[in-house]
Amino acid sequence: MIGGHDSVIVQTAVRLLLPWIRIFGLYVLFHGHSSPGGGFQGGVIFAASYIVLGLALGRRELERCAPERATLQWAAVGALVFFGVGVAALVGGGALLDYGSLPLPVPEGPALRAFGVLLIEIGVFLAVAASLTLIFVRLAKVAEEESA
Amino acid sequence: MSAVLLALCLAIALLLAVAALAAGNLLSAVIVLGAYSLVLSLLWAAMGAVDVAFTEATVGAGISTVLLLVALLHTSARRVAPVPVARWLGVAAAALLAAVLFWAAPDLPRFGDPASAPNRHVSPRYLEAGLAETGAPNIVTGVLGDYRGYDTLIETVVIFTAALGCWMLLSRRPG
Repeated sequence: MIGGHDSVIVQTAVRLLLPWIRIFGLYVLFHGHSSPGGGFQGGVIFAASYIVLGLALGRRELERCAPERATLQWAAVGALVFFGVGVAALVGGGALLDYGSLPLPVPEGPALRAFGVLLIEIGVFLAVAASLTLIFVRLAKVAEEESA
Repeated sequence: MSAVLLALCLAIALLLAVAALAAGNLLSAVIVLGAYSLVLSLLWAAMGAVDVAFTEATVGAGISTVLLLVALLHTSARRVAPVPVARWLGVAAAALLAAVLFWAAPDLPRFGDPASAPNRHVSPRYLEAGLAETGAPNIVTGVLGDYRGYDTLIETVVIFTAALGCWMLLSRRPG
């Protein structure tokens, strides 16, 4: 059902737009510490780049860029990064998710805590971006199977 | 100015909500719902909740609209009228809920009231000590990522589980 767009102009424009959408998603992720945004919003914007790709260039191209299995694995990696940071704090001698005791070569205090928050935001980013992309890829594929 | 803006946003949101319910087919209903989300995000921004507005605009107006549209590809955009009994039950339930909400709303603290319970509990502590304790200039990030890390962890797991569930359900062979 979801084929590529007929117009070369649309296809080329989308190809040109994709990197900028992704960079904006990463900016929202990394700048979420000091401005509105964060891993969740950044992840949604990053996933939006794949949805635009699927709508303009077709499902096959989308699946080449975001294979289902790999996308599912990235989503799991994101959740595990978050949980791993929590457990690392436990290993460092603190409570679960107590970033102040992360065993990292960062000066203790707010800097270390801010670094911990950045790490978990990266986890949220991966989980959200991959999850939303996966749902879209799967829905698009089922729509095509049904119409075939 | 701000009160006028809020009232205007609320009026447009209400109008769009009614339009989505009254739309002839589901395709237009989904598009109108996207617009409804966008107006809601303007409302959050006007009330100072910029992070919430950001999320509403990206998820509510963006991703969920597209996902609903793709879901319509599977089914049909035709609207099926509910059986009359179900319709009247729905109207009664909605009227009851509205009555309860209107009855309870006056008891809510005024928006931005510094003496209200939530603003006297942990909020002052977060605002005063947040930067020094978490090192996050955006206090929302500090609260979500640090003070409320558990909530955000479980939220991430919920999103992953939702994607996994969708993937497994939609991968089933019919028959």
